[in-house]
Amino acid sequence: MALNGIQIFKLTPKKNCKECGCPTCMAFSMKVAQGALELSKCPYMSQEALDSLSEATAPPMKSIKVGAGDNEYTLGGETVLYRHEKTFVSKTRYAVSVCTDMADDAAEAKLAEVSKVDYERIGEQMKVEMVYVNCGSGASADKYVELVKKAAATGRTLVLGVKDVEIAKAALEVCKDGKPVLNGADASNYAEMSKVATDAGVVLGVSGANLDELYDTVAALEKSGNKNLVLDTTGATIKETFANTVEVRRAALKNEDRTFGYPSIVNVSRLARDDRHMAQALASVFTMKYGSIVVLPGMDYADALPLYGLRQNLFTDPQKPMKVAPGVYPLNGADENSIIVTTVDFALTYFVVSGELERSGVPINLVINDAGGLSVLTSWAAGKFSSGSIAKFFKEEVEGKLKCRKMIIPGKVAVLKGDLESKLPGWEIIVAPREAVELVKFFKDMQANGEL
Amino acid sequence: MPFNRKPQKFNASIREVEIGVGEKAIKIGGENVFPFYTFDGDLGNTPKVGVEISDLGLDNPVPGISAYYEGCTTAAEMAKKAAEMEGADFLALSLEGGDPNGANKSVDELIAVVKEVAEAVDLPLVVEGSKNVEKDSELLPKVAEALQGKNVLILSAKEENYKAIGAAAGLAYNQKVGAESAVDINLAKQLNVVTTQLGVKPESIVMNVGTATAGYGYEYVVSTMDRIKAAALSQSDATLQMPIITPVSAETWGVKESISEEADAPEWGSREERAIAMEIETAAADLMAGSNAVILRHPQSVATIAKMIKELA
Repeated sequence: MALNGIQIFKLTPKKNCKECGCPTCMAFSMKVAQGALELSKCPYMSQEALDSLSEATAPPMKSIKVGAGDNEYTLGGETVLYRHEKTFVSKTRYAVSVCTDMADDAAEAKLAEVSKVDYERIGEQMKVEMVYVNCGSGASADKYVELVKKAAATGRTLVLGVKDVEIAKAALEVCKDGKPVLNGADASNYAEMSKVATDAGVVLGVSGANLDELYDTVAALEKSGNKNLVLDTTGATIKETFANTVEVRRAALKNEDRTFGYPSIVNVSRLARDDRHMAQALASVFTMKYGSIVVLPGMDYADALPLYGLRQNLFTDPQKPMKVAPGVYPLNGADENSIIVTTVDFALTYFVVSGELERSGVPINLVINDAGGLSVLTSWAAGKFSSGSIAKFFKEEVEGKLKCRKMIIPGKVAVLKGDLESKLPGWEIIVAPREAVELVKFFKDMQANGEL
Repeated sequence: MPFNRKPQKFNASIREVEIGVGEKAIKIGGENVFPFYTFDGDLGNTPKVGVEISDLGLDNPVPGISAYYEGCTTAAEMAKKAAEMEGADFLALSLEGGDPNGANKSVDELIAVVKEVAEAVDLPLVVEGSKNVEKDSELLPKVAEALQGKNVLILSAKEENYKAIGAAAGLAYNQKVGAESAVDINLAKQLNVVTTQLGVKPESIVMNVGTATAGYGYEYVVSTMDRIKAAALSQSDATLQMPIITPVSAETWGVKESISEEADAPEWGSREERAIAMEIETAAADLMAGSNAVILRHPQSVATIAKMIKELA
């Protein structure tokens, strides 16, 4: 049933218009064959071609878009259960939870907190992407709509946790332009909720008392024509939630059961209650295992630093090395006269080297070269980290900014020393140890010998 | 139509390894399902949590750790206190003071510490070396000798020194051998193969397949462990069926998120909370990827991870 790229290519218009986002029709066909793109991305497919292909090429897990404008996020669309098999494509997104049961000032304080974490790490902006607005039992429509308005003012994409059809309708009136998720359908109300969601043009969240009930509800929704869904896999306990979340993803990707081929919502905030550290542990668990939206009780820098680091690592494309931006990174309060250490822009190298340099306590300017995101020896072998490239980079980017003329190069490319000295007159080139772990001692020795 | 469950059943399982003696002895491994997949089958022994102390005492500690060990002056006193920690299954003693590039304590001095600690506690003991290959090949065989009959886990034998350490710990003194490789399934496999060729029984080996802090190249850790568990269970690769122990704290407490004081990074907030979060979130990810035991430092991390394991298992 699966078609290969060539079979799909025969049905494309072959005009390389790029409107699908791929450079050529062939590239598009290959991606469709891998399940990375949907056929409907091509605006020029004939209806017969679409019909004949859509069943065969539908990805095992749908890509669902939520939010609007800059806050639009794609969820799901995964094709593998393990990152080493290919790549995870849609990052876990984090939501902070507020509820009508909270006191007004507590909810406002929580919403104010949402924008606090906002920083860049290796070219990626890290922030709370969503706010989960929960409607406590017995809350009035007015109270809920008030809270939704306040949450919408944060500018984050909303997830509306509400089971009452009328309240959901009222809430969507005030926020539907932001394309929130309406997380409210279950076995008792799915037909009405589905209508509310489709009328407002938003994604519907579905939950069930157990996996069987969830399965039946999703099947019924699909039958009625609504395939714009996310599945709330949160159960009564941590154990049950973990089982649900893994079973749903595995059913879709391994067992090709497309009824469960949707992204998930995991409400850690409900599972961890007031235990902040448990929430941290579970945030990590459900980032590793298949949460598409993970709802947390809060987010400060302590929560965020390991979590966003983990996510960045997990969702990195194994075929694209993680790179840091080339440039001068002053460490330990370095100024223009501080000694210079230089290495490549492979993120792992940067982190290991900068960590050791920081541990040394010596003020150092770390100069990162553009080496194509490869490690020291690999980039050297590929000619991307040579005396020529280093000399050029130093002349253009470093000599104007820094006054020190002492450069420490990685021990693994000691061979570059002579060349560099002739290409960079006036510079003293010092060779570092081969391994980063030896750097602290290296600098301690330099200090002891009065070389710093 | 109900949901059609398809549990992943494997004919192979992870080996069970026992550490320690007496009532407090622990077993790790034994599962024939992926980590915490209780809905597929038997988890065997639940993953265990260890508390790490050092022969150097406390180095740049956070207030919560200083307060916990308040009044302790020797490693033995710290060990006693650590053994009482809520959630602690075993004790990990790091002999980092032996590093020739650091305090460079002598082997005799360190063996005295090891004996003192072993006498003070009845929890199973894991002894971590100095991390220096030459020093460890001298130190760890002596540790294995000094702790005869205690059934301790010696961390660790590496490619460069597995002969000395593996032979002493695994053959001569009947301890458990930690086989340490650097985040690569092939290196892990090879080290297990050569260690068993020495004559060390497979059920005496625990792997440390290398780790990192979340955010620091952690994707390699995930993929290495994912692949090892997959090979061990679905391909019945007997050379990769050893349980995995991960010294989490040694990594997480060294990154700048855990070291920077609040004064240096005011927007980051409390250093202690950051350090705890780095440790908890990395440990949780390690357990998800397949660690059968994790080594932690902060009482809050130990309690939280122990509770998380209980909730999931």
